[in-house]
Amino acid sequence: MELQTKSLTGWGRTAPSTAHVLSTPDVEKIIAAVAQVADENADKPAHLRRGVIARGLGRSYGDPAQNGGGLVIDMPALNKIHSIDPDTALVDVDGGVTLDQLMKAALPYGLWVPVLPGTRQVTIGGAIGPDIHGKNHHSAGSFGDHVASMELLVADGRVLHLEPEGSPDDPDGTLFWATVGGMGLTGIILRAQIRMTRTETAYFIADGDLTQTLDETVEFHSDGSEHNYTYSSAWFDAISPEPKLGRAAISRGSLATLDQLKELAPKLAKDPLKFNAPQLVTVPDIFPSWTMNKLSMIAIGELWWLKSGTYQNQVQNLTQFYQPLDLIGEWNRGYGKNGFLQYQFVVPTDAVEPFKEIIRDIQRSGHYSALNVFKLFGPGNRAPLSYPMPGWNVCVDFPIKKGLNEFLDDLDRRVMEFGGRLYLAKESRTSAENFHQMYPGMEGWLKTRNEIDPTGVFASDMSRRLELH
Amino acid sequence: MLNAVGQAQNILLFGGTSEIGLGIVSEFLRRGPARVILAAREDSPRIDAAVEQVRAAGATDVEVIDFDATDFESHPDVVDLAFSNGDVDVAIVAFGTLGDQEALWQDQAAAVESAQINYTGPVSVGVLLGQRFREQGHGTIVALSSVAGVRVRRSNFVYGASKAGLDGFYTQLGEALRGSGANVLVVRPGQVRTKMSADVKEAPLTVDVDEVAKATVEGVIKGRDIIFVHPAFEAVSAVFNVIPRQIFRRLPF
Repeated sequence: MELQTKSLTGWGRTAPSTAHVLSTPDVEKIIAAVAQVADENADKPAHLRRGVIARGLGRSYGDPAQNGGGLVIDMPALNKIHSIDPDTALVDVDGGVTLDQLMKAALPYGLWVPVLPGTRQVTIGGAIGPDIHGKNHHSAGSFGDHVASMELLVADGRVLHLEPEGSPDDPDGTLFWATVGGMGLTGIILRAQIRMTRTETAYFIADGDLTQTLDETVEFHSDGSEHNYTYSSAWFDAISPEPKLGRAAISRGSLATLDQLKELAPKLAKDPLKFNAPQLVTVPDIFPSWTMNKLSMIAIGELWWLKSGTYQNQVQNLTQFYQPLDLIGEWNRGYGKNGFLQYQFVVPTDAVEPFKEIIRDIQRSGHYSALNVFKLFGPGNRAPLSYPMPGWNVCVDFPIKKGLNEFLDDLDRRVMEFGGRLYLAKESRTSAENFHQMYPGMEGWLKTRNEIDPTGVFASDMSRRLELH
Repeated sequence: MLNAVGQAQNILLFGGTSEIGLGIVSEFLRRGPARVILAAREDSPRIDAAVEQVRAAGATDVEVIDFDATDFESHPDVVDLAFSNGDVDVAIVAFGTLGDQEALWQDQAAAVESAQINYTGPVSVGVLLGQRFREQGHGTIVALSSVAGVRVRRSNFVYGASKAGLDGFYTQLGEALRGSGANVLVVRPGQVRTKMSADVKEAPLTVDVDEVAKATVEGVIKGRDIIFVHPAFEAVSAVFNVIPRQIFRRLPF
């Protein structure tokens, strides 16, 4: 069956809605389906239009890839890798190709996916839509910075060729950059050309460091040593009271050269580009909602702490260095049926004191989060809705429980007040008003979006909730 | 739609001056700000106070739509208007009338009017809401039923029979909407301390508006289909249903 009626949620398993889901490897059928939605929209008043949205692997936590009562295009069905060019380092791939698939295909040619988030279970469209970032943001920017061009199916049925510096279809690149970070609301990314990073090995040379307090963690990131590494991020403690609060296990490194690998791990050097990212277990869907409580979270935190430790020049594979959660498949099930939400925010680099205050507030709130990621971002890009900007980026996981809404509404106000913002790939609850204030480029983005899609052909539960139209 | 932490954006109340209805709306607003649409008679003496109450409870915007429960032909336009600002996350059907039960069963015109307000009106609104919620693929319809409708009693059978009809209609509307993304929650409180029941002798297991509101909001967020508010009522109702008529008749309520 190509068309099915399905209840969909994001990765946080909250706020379901039911939509018609079209799953087809045939681009022409996708174009026809979008044309049909556009036709129907033309005769309807705005509030009765349901629209269409592309969905990748559903790893966004909230509601950007669901569209209650409307049409959802299941993009993983469109998953062909058209070409990999080792000379130019360019790959040409369908929008539904996953980063996992691309990595496995490109590694033998010495090509590395330029930006990897905490999981490889993301499609190309799903990487461009929220303009995802990774542990190398300070050195490489976000995913959109590595897109050489893309083919975008827009509301009037045309497929436009877009490039970052502009193209005949988009002379100044405005639509390209509105699509980067645009959450699928400018159209459907059918195909993209990605500029890959060259590498001699599939391994990292990593250094591990521990800090004992929040102040030390901030200090550590401010001493200039970040520039010695292409990759850097930290786990930090958000449960223990001060002085332990904010202590961090920092993991930094760079892709190993072949010479480094030969010296440090001669065995691995025999097959330096081997895809080495083991997954151990899949979490069964049996956990009651109380599984993640304060005690189990403290235990997870301590375990993380113990296994991290201090080390230098350690050779690590991708899972060890980068995606430890990928060791456990479907790990979101561990939170049980109430689900959870991720709260990710960034505040400007100079807002150090407010930043520390927010971390203290989280600790005092009684909402416990074990999987906390911390990273100092580098400069952002031209995309008006792209999340990264220079500053302190923090991501925390809260199980859904009483009082969480009030607490997070309050955090929103603080983040906003300090010139910070929230990340749409994680967002599942803020108000349209707050969100619009957080992004100074919002008005410009809305103008671009409404010019290319005046009748709201592209829409999602998120676009209605956050008024992204 | 209801977001990840159960905050609504648009709440629609049919029976815009209903104490219980307003209580439920206020409870939602306590969780986070939202737009509220009150469907009620514009000339109701209580409408200004209702608007004031939801505004004070944190509504970002309050809109009053003129709604007459027994002017069935006007209902499609009323629902159109209610949805004209976008999806409705929660629609509460709370209008109703109690009246002098002993007078009602002996007064044809009054009984017909009571039945129209308490049964036909909710059916009319329910059909229209069901259609809209199915089209938007999410949202919850809350219908205020009553324990009086679970087993109809001699003491208030005109009211109870209408509530029994409403209860049957909305529980099965929920079944009909299964798989559409829309949910129906039937709330069966016992007696609730309100103006409507101020003259009635207080029954056992009587609850406050606040308790009904809290239980309802929780029921909506958890996707329940029927709630009784007072925890004992589910059991009491089950017992009611199996007591033989000859004995039921002699019970003191």
